[in-house]
Amino acid sequence: MEVSRFRADTREAVTDNMTTPYKFHGGVHPPANKAQSTRTAIAQMPLPAKLVIPFHQHVGNTAKPLVVAGDHVLKGQLIGLPEDGISSAIHASTSGTITEIGMQVVAHASGLPDLCATLVPDGKDEWIQREGINFRTSLNADVRQVLRLAGVVGLGGGVFPSDMKLRVGKHKVKTLVINGAECEPYITCDDMLMRERAGEIVKGAEIMRWALEADRILIGIEDNKPEAIASMQLAAAASNDDIRVVAVPTIYPGGGAKQLIRVLTGIEVAAGVRSTDKGVQCFNVATAQSIYRAVAFGEPLVSRIVTVTGNVQRAQNLEVLIGTPVSDVVAYAGALPDTDSYIMGGPMMGLPLPNAGVSIVKAANCIIAASPKLFPPAPPAMPCIRCTRCAEVCPAELQPQDLYWFAKSKEFGKAQEYNLFDCIECGACSYVCPSSIPLVQYYRFAKSEIWAREADKTSSDAARERFEFRESRIEREKQEKAEKLAAKEKAAAEAKLQAAKLAAEQAAASPDATMPAISTPAVAPPANDAQAKIQAAIEHAKLQAAAVKPKNTEQLTPQQLAEIADIELRRARIQELAGTDVETKE
Amino acid sequence: MRKHSHPISAFFSPFISKSDSVSAIMLKVILALIPGIALYVWYFGPAILVSITLASITALATEAAMLKLRNRPIAPFLKDNSALLTAWLLALSIPPLAPWWLIVVGTAFCIAVAKHLYGGLGNNPFNPAMIGYAVLIVSFPVQMTQWISPQGMGGFELSFMQQLQYIFSGILPDGIKLDAITMATPLDTLKTQLHLAHPVSEILTQPIFGQLAGHGSEMVAGGFMIGGLYLLATRIISWHLPVAYLGTLFAIAGIFHLVDPAHYVEPLFHWFSGAAMLGAFFILTDPISSPTTHKGKLIFAAGAGLITYLIRVYGAFPDGMAFSTLLMNICVPLIDAYTQPKVFGKKEKQA
Ligand code: SF4
Ligand code: SF4
Repeated sequence: MEVSRFRADTREAVTDNMTTPYKFHGGVHPPANKAQSTRTAIAQMPLPAKLVIPFHQHVGNTAKPLVVAGDHVLKGQLIGLPEDGISSAIHASTSGTITEIGMQVVAHASGLPDLCATLVPDGKDEWIQREGINFRTSLNADVRQVLRLAGVVGLGGGVFPSDMKLRVGKHKVKTLVINGAECEPYITCDDMLMRERAGEIVKGAEIMRWALEADRILIGIEDNKPEAIASMQLAAAASNDDIRVVAVPTIYPGGGAKQLIRVLTGIEVAAGVRSTDKGVQCFNVATAQSIYRAVAFGEPLVSRIVTVTGNVQRAQNLEVLIGTPVSDVVAYAGALPDTDSYIMGGPMMGLPLPNAGVSIVKAANCIIAASPKLFPPAPPAMPCIRCTRCAEVCPAELQPQDLYWFAKSKEFGKAQEYNLFDCIECGACSYVCPSSIPLVQYYRFAKSEIWAREADKTSSDAARERFEFRESRIEREKQEKAEKLAAKEKAAAEAKLQAAKLAAEQAAASPDATMPAISTPAVAPPANDAQAKIQAAIEHAKLQAAAVKPKNTEQLTPQQLAEIADIELRRARIQELAGTDVETKE
Repeated sequence: MRKHSHPISAFFSPFISKSDSVSAIMLKVILALIPGIALYVWYFGPAILVSITLASITALATEAAMLKLRNRPIAPFLKDNSALLTAWLLALSIPPLAPWWLIVVGTAFCIAVAKHLYGGLGNNPFNPAMIGYAVLIVSFPVQMTQWISPQGMGGFELSFMQQLQYIFSGILPDGIKLDAITMATPLDTLKTQLHLAHPVSEILTQPIFGQLAGHGSEMVAGGFMIGGLYLLATRIISWHLPVAYLGTLFAIAGIFHLVDPAHYVEPLFHWFSGAAMLGAFFILTDPISSPTTHKGKLIFAAGAGLITYLIRVYGAFPDGMAFSTLLMNICVPLIDAYTQPKVFGKKEKQA
């Protein structure tokens, strides 16, 4: 490892422990293809003619639209309010006019439409008023509220709302891991961000460490990014926190949160276990930077760095406004004429885009222009020869060949028993399979089938409960009526008293009373300046929300439809797969 | 946009793959047999090349016919080289001077029954070549034990044309008896001589024996070992199977030898005689019919090593490779089921 070259820094804490003794099982070394897009500095993508901003760019609930067609908005203005629990805010990426709120095709596996705002820029790129807070004098909850309203989500591709990850749970978080590994081929947005904005990343990490009350920060960067390591070390040296920049071996999927945590700390976080339960929390470098911008400057997440690469003339990293059409981005990079499809993300886990008209979302770390030459279609799948190359590379230490067998024969129970849900869908197994079996597709299919069955079960359970509840209520009411009648006949004088008692009983037993109370977030009186500001923002947003006619029902149905359609599509796809599989062709 | 980038698509992640294919892997295994085959030709003459050719042609023809019968695409499977590999392994397991129909029948049986009736590539629970061998030795014990003498050892040496003539018509040159060109294998000789109560040290002085085991055949085994080391080095096979097999064979033979050297030969004799080397690197390592877990591979190969030794020493057959492989093949599903490793984050040591 060439890390010694970067020991220019004299701080012991940083130069110490530069490498790590831990490893994870398996992994592959696909060609990196990163050099193409790191030749030039991050450039600002020019303002597009139109932006399409989806209201659902994060894990959790779709943000509730706060604007209607015709509204003029400023850059950074809240246009989608986070709704209940896990959700995040959506903002106008530039100043201009909202021309439409409606369903449009988005960058999603299903290729189905989702609710979006269309924004035509006025060219002024005029910001709203922004103001940062001093996090050190604020409460954890305030900082998290700032992040929630700034729409900060995991920019490594996970898009999980960052505020949720900064809650202090019952387990002490000892180590904050900052993920700068960036193991997927082609993608270099984190690399370039670390080279150019290391200071902001470190400051973001300080905020997170403070919020989580963590003891130390470990920044993991793959050792194929010497410039990024050097730049991050310099920035870390200027911090008063316990920060260590660790060069980790370059191996895919070393940038997976679980894998990086393992490599940096030796801790293995099993599937279904929260990393915080093991005393670790992990954030991507770009997320750290956005957290810093949001907290220190009140700047919401309206743009991100996107690697544009593949079949283009000028592969590079661009700072792109959220909502910019992919077609604009690839045109800017000079897509070559034989480009026939686009991938969002990397070649190992990326998503094929339904078309180039979809827009850049918060998850879009990379756009790869694909051509048949660059990504030739896989040859037809051959039968599994049990060579176990897949098992040798599986970072989750699964037996992919067995999971494939079970998924294919629809023995889903067996698949679960063999830890299907520990699969992180990294694609390493498919990458090495000499039979070219689309293994990950089979696992996704099996997972979605199991989910669908679970959903069926829970909904039928719920239906049964509802039915039984109604039955018992009718029964009870009958009884009560009979009792009433009897009482009337028995003692007319006591009737008044008896009726009142029954009414009380009935009220207590009515279905409304048994419904769980819908918790309304208790809003504490503002304790300080930051809280007051947040409070004002929330009140303002609520007022705005109230002014918009409710779209909930409209929103919900397509979403549910999309989920169902998604499952159907997968099913159809797997059938088609089975058709292209030489083995099962009849 | 690419036609298949439609949601129901064949265009999905990962979009890249390592340029490794079943046919390339099988081809490398076939190529790794070449050092052993070259030495075979050197010590025993070119007859083996004739049986390899016959087996190859039969295998491909049977494969194509079976694929057609089973309504499967023919080209991709013919190109996967798996039938060829089976053919070569079977040809190397039976006497090179055996009549032409023996290898043809054996190969056709391997491919048609042991492979395709079980569902074709990837589904055969038994090693097809070993099934072929087992069927032949049970059905044609005489022809299956007529082993050609190493060059310079027999009473007469057939020319290549005479070998061809014998394989195809069973006619030997005038005045030449079969005994003049064939002899018992080293393992066979050892067994019979031990039955005659000769001590090992005396038996091994016979000219049929070389430095470690049989004259000539020990070199062929060495050739297979070289090929096997190439497969190990290129990670086409994992070390578990050959190491566990040869290790077990060595250990058990070593123990017997130490206890009673007059009746039990040295472990290296076992390594370099019969099909042990071929088996360790090329037969047990057939991925389809061997376990998938590391622990399972060790158990499987150790079991095969033990059974090989027992058959060699106590069994009715001269060599135990085929039967030990087949017996262990039966256990594979069980072995796999009981040796599932713990997955990431779910190991005990992590509290
Ligand atoms: S790599 Fe492919 S062929 Fe090999 S065991 Fe895994 S699934 Fe089967
Ligand atoms: S996709 Fe799943 S099974 Fe395949 S290597 Fe990755 S974690 Fe293992």
